[in-house]
Amino acid sequence: MKYSLKFFIIFFLALCFAGCSTGDKKDLSDGLKVWHWASDRESAFQELAKRYEAQFHVPVRFELYAPSEAYAQRVKAAAQTNKLPDIYGILGEKRDFASFIKSGYVADLTPSLNSDGGGFVWKDKLFEKALAVNEFAPGNEYGVNPGIYGVPLDVTTIQMVYNKKLYEKAGLDPGRPPQTWEEFLSHSSVLKAQGIPRFVSGFGEIWLIDAFASNLAMNIMGEEKVFATYAGKVPYTDPDWVKVLALFKQMADEGILVEGAVTMVNKMAEQTFANERAAYAFNGSWCVNVYKGMNPDLQYGAMLPPKATNLNPMRIWGGAGTSFVVNQKSGRREKAIQFLKWLTEDAQQAFLSVETQNLPVSKSSIGRISPILAEFADDMDNATHPNVYPVHEISAVTEAFDKGIQSILIGEKTPNAVAQEVQRIKEKESKKNQ
Amino acid sequence: MNFQKIRHLAGNYIFVLPAFLLFATFSLYPFLKVFQLSVMSWDGISPEMTYVGLGNFKDLLLDNPVFWNSMGNALFVTVLALTAQNLLALVLAFLCDRDIRGGNIYRVIFYLPPVLSGIVVGLIWNWIYDGNYGLLNHFLGFIGLGDLSRAWLSDPKTALAAVAVIHMWKGFGWGFVILLAGLQSIPRELYEAARVDGANSWTVFRNITVPLMIPVFVLVSILTILGTMQIFDIIIATTGGGPGYHTEVPITRIVQTMVGSSQFGYACAMGVVFGVILLVVSMIQIRVSKMMRQV
Repeated sequence: MKYSLKFFIIFFLALCFAGCSTGDKKDLSDGLKVWHWASDRESAFQELAKRYEAQFHVPVRFELYAPSEAYAQRVKAAAQTNKLPDIYGILGEKRDFASFIKSGYVADLTPSLNSDGGGFVWKDKLFEKALAVNEFAPGNEYGVNPGIYGVPLDVTTIQMVYNKKLYEKAGLDPGRPPQTWEEFLSHSSVLKAQGIPRFVSGFGEIWLIDAFASNLAMNIMGEEKVFATYAGKVPYTDPDWVKVLALFKQMADEGILVEGAVTMVNKMAEQTFANERAAYAFNGSWCVNVYKGMNPDLQYGAMLPPKATNLNPMRIWGGAGTSFVVNQKSGRREKAIQFLKWLTEDAQQAFLSVETQNLPVSKSSIGRISPILAEFADDMDNATHPNVYPVHEISAVTEAFDKGIQSILIGEKTPNAVAQEVQRIKEKESKKNQ
Repeated sequence: MNFQKIRHLAGNYIFVLPAFLLFATFSLYPFLKVFQLSVMSWDGISPEMTYVGLGNFKDLLLDNPVFWNSMGNALFVTVLALTAQNLLALVLAFLCDRDIRGGNIYRVIFYLPPVLSGIVVGLIWNWIYDGNYGLLNHFLGFIGLGDLSRAWLSDPKTALAAVAVIHMWKGFGWGFVILLAGLQSIPRELYEAARVDGANSWTVFRNITVPLMIPVFVLVSILTILGTMQIFDIIIATTGGGPGYHTEVPITRIVQTMVGSSQFGYACAMGVVFGVILLVVSMIQIRVSKMMRQV
């Protein structure tokens, strides 16, 4: 009994201490740990880590946690237990980003980005719109100290693509996609007459509905009015918002969306477009890599969503794709910043662009991209991003708006009914937040 | 108490300690934490939380029709699972209980769906239900019922029922295995004696099988209710809760509130309310089954 008890206690303690070890395969006492969610970039990141270690003798370990929802949860959980790695990315809304910063988990990178090193200022090498996504302006609504808190690794735009082969088959000019909503409807009629399914998008993922709807809203009423709505100064029952919702009603009435798109996840929508089962898709520039994998012979072009009015420019979501932040509490902060700086240099940017078919964030690398990526890059001037908005909508209101659009698309509710419902939730949530 | 006794008791407690620590860390602490968070307003990141009392519960109970609608959806799927799914499981268990040829193969086949991942099952059924190139529509066209073709998961009239069918397909194997085990535990002599007394199949079923299977039925029912009310992965893989809110269930609402809206406190309040409802349902069921056994 005596011996067995002793043995048991020793065994238990050993087990406990074994559980406390990090299990690291590589000694990272002097190296860097990076968490990311981009499974399509994993091998490229691993290769870059090897190159960095060979060049600077600093081991870097990239750890992939996918899908993105699981990654986001992991980061939040790690923050609560103070176990964040040296470098990581924050997924979610700007509100979450602000919360990480205010809780002291993110280093302010402004001094490093503004510093003059090697004859150039780091910030000047990168696209402003991509940096802006990680920036908090003076007087921001979250009360975060103004500054830039993240480094983008690539640039993304979310817009429309069209299938040139299907266009040709329908007798339409493959070099001239629709520019206006009327053209979109008339081209759709021609495609329909030829039995070609028209528009697909992963509208089961409501953020894609949100992106498309906000593009149309900014075109119809202008950015300022959209922001005024978010600020509670313009109701969703305003005729302009009803007009935005009516465009979805029109799409439903004309049967423009591919059957089932309302609950489709984006991966399936990508497959549908890649297999030439839809003439248009609404997707991000990452689709270049996805389509290449699914159908290397796909002939398609990028286009802006068709303008419903000429009163305001068509704005699309765009800016930073993958961004990394540096853990403020990391003892290897400076090393982490140096590594991020190295990642945004031309050689590494060119490598990432070729390997992952994403738009590079470095201005001087943009000349080396493929023609289809260049089409996406051309529309960067029209890009905006929820992270750069001066005000943000309450999540519950955004959800009600996007779910309302789903209801319109399935013919269940009218634009007016959805507008009233969203406004009701807006008023309720605004009261709660006061 | 003398030293020997204390030592003896301490020895016992030390043996229990590892299990207790594991239970306390992974079950008790999170369980209590949910109650604590349910009275807080917290975004899940910030170290600071604000105490809101019963505010989350008040809003949830009085002003959150979407949550209660999601509860109704889960109830609909549960009723279908309790009836159709378990009836199918019972019929198949009966068939396999007889010494049919290849019985073991059927057992393996019927038990395959439950061991598959819900996400994988959801993706497979996505292809079956697809509105354009789906197997189901193709089959309907083949048998001359092409007019019924539709995007089953995007049509508000069929979305929830379509999800329920997937859930039942995935879940009937559990009930089948438990019911089959229950049937096989009934002594064969009872059947033989009844036959000798001239009982027909229906009488044997009503007077021998059903009474002896009541504890098994109760177990299967409780597992079905608890499992179905917590349906989540299939919905995420098929409809994401859409179109609109037509296939939202409590768990998708809790996840959306927690991850999508970063309202951890409110999501925990949802979890508490949902947990209490499940507890009450289970208790009612146990009480009813006890009454049935007495009858």
